[in-house]
Amino acid sequence: MHQRVQTAPGATAPARPQMSMLERLQNNRNALGLVFMVPAGVLLLLFLTYPLGLGVWLGFTDAKIGRAGVFVGLENYEFLFGDSVTRLALFNTLFYTFIASILKFVLGLWLAILMNQRLKHTTLLRAIVLLPWIVPTALSAIAFWWIFDSQFSIVSWILVKLGLIDGYIDFLGDPWNARFSTIAANVWRGIPFVAISLLAGLQTISPSLYEAAAIDGATPWQQFRNVTLPLLTPIIAVVMTFSVLFTFTDFQLIYVLTRGGPLNSTHLMATLAFQRGISGGAIGEGAAIATAMVPFLLGAIMFSYFGLQRRAWQQGGDK
Amino acid sequence: MSKDDATDSQGMDFLQTSGRRWMTTYIPIALFLFVLLFPFYWMGITAFKPNEELLARDGNPFWVSSPTLAHFKKLLFDTEYPAWLMNTMLVSVIATLVSLFAAVLAAYAIERLRFKGSRATGLGIFLAYLIPPSILFIPLAIVLQNLGLFNTRWALVFTYPTFLIPFCTWLLMGYFRSIPYELEECALIDGASRWEILVKIILPLAVPGLISAGIFAFTLSWNEFIYALTFVSDSEIKTVPVAVVTELVEGDVYHWGPLMAGALLGSLPVAIFYSFFVEYYVAGMTGAVKE
Repeated sequence: MHQRVQTAPGATAPARPQMSMLERLQNNRNALGLVFMVPAGVLLLLFLTYPLGLGVWLGFTDAKIGRAGVFVGLENYEFLFGDSVTRLALFNTLFYTFIASILKFVLGLWLAILMNQRLKHTTLLRAIVLLPWIVPTALSAIAFWWIFDSQFSIVSWILVKLGLIDGYIDFLGDPWNARFSTIAANVWRGIPFVAISLLAGLQTISPSLYEAAAIDGATPWQQFRNVTLPLLTPIIAVVMTFSVLFTFTDFQLIYVLTRGGPLNSTHLMATLAFQRGISGGAIGEGAAIATAMVPFLLGAIMFSYFGLQRRAWQQGGDK
Repeated sequence: MSKDDATDSQGMDFLQTSGRRWMTTYIPIALFLFVLLFPFYWMGITAFKPNEELLARDGNPFWVSSPTLAHFKKLLFDTEYPAWLMNTMLVSVIATLVSLFAAVLAAYAIERLRFKGSRATGLGIFLAYLIPPSILFIPLAIVLQNLGLFNTRWALVFTYPTFLIPFCTWLLMGYFRSIPYELEECALIDGASRWEILVKIILPLAVPGLISAGIFAFTLSWNEFIYALTFVSDSEIKTVPVAVVTELVEGDVYHWGPLMAGALLGSLPVAIFYSFFVEYYVAGMTGAVKE
């Protein structure tokens, strides 16, 4: 995509005597365009496009830290396919993404609708709601680590005081508890993004549509179902694609809270790739795990693409 | 309050009684706010609790009876926390400036110079935005190793733009698109060069976009974790999110006080910075989603 950047010095063709090279460059939008693309192009080619290709290549090698590997074909993928931990990680990733995305969507949409009801101090409210999204995830995850502590958890404390449970809950020590605890932390962090983005979408819907619907006798649920949802669908598609993308490739929350434990029950593809590739030194294997995420990401992007198409069609545009 | 609402607002609101509005709007919002803010409150209150109170099972855990600054003192004087803060600031600011510079030029070239292949480049930039760091960190580690940048601050300064430039470019393209062509044409007739047009006409008009992109890039850099964890191993050049997680945890004994103080101090700069520019941040976020 950026290969053209490299041909930028094409403008060095012998300049006519009456025009300096600089002036010629100024008048040629193609040459100037390429020159302007140089900083972004070089950085992205060197640190994004090239590593992307290199990662795919490394997945086919047996590279270790400090040793360039040789081509081994699909050996890594064959091994990973038969590896129970990898399969568990894939299951965890899909489960985590699926449950967390649904919760983020439902709660985020609900919060967006609540915030769209002509409240006072909307600006302040929006600023506060976005806080979990702004603060470094690694740091808020530490707060959750403490909230989920097996001995001093405040959640357990409250439940015990209310008489709902007898003993403290081992939030991060039991496989299923750990899965749901990490999902809860991820949802907490993701709601603001979904809510604020959808709120922006809600605000573009004309109130007259609701008035018309109300005059026709539509109940609030019917208004939501037949006015809000159809008009919001395009933006929902985009927001949820991003949300799914972030969740599927999540790393830091798991790394801080559980490091994949207990018994690998919270390992995601990204944390497993890190454990095998960086901590374990098996670069080839780690790269293969990371590359295996790509088909899923492409699926999410296609989803977004068709969502956008539908939006363009609804607006009568040809974008 | 609800009386005012009923008289001020238009539409069908008069149908809602105030009691109903409490049930369907105010109480759910209050619950949301409680859940969204509680971890911060908990982080803050823990950071000021002396150790005895932290580990006490009786008493009211929601309040501190004898607040202490001991955890902050330990953090600032017994650890390298100030250096970590400095690193995070340095890396975030430089990465943001580099990305803004590259993104302004790229966005202007794609949106206004319309060079051959600009549409494809624009699409490429958008796709680059969708590539998550989680699939790049392993090969990037090798690239940085080969360049001799591994375990330096430069490793972060050079890799953060890979996710900042696509976002900033995409955002700025939208802003540039809203600036009328006529302005540029007038300047061209008056003999201004493209560079002069960009600096003297386009950029001043795109200041809100620049602020949006800048604040977004800064918060993203400040929050970055996986690259900082993978590419930097010396304690004194780590960033705050990574250092708090890797350096403050010693064995099985968790020093919750200093950990929370570290998390709080690491969150504050970005939260304060953000609070000054909330509107720009929201505009950037929703603008990028809507594009």
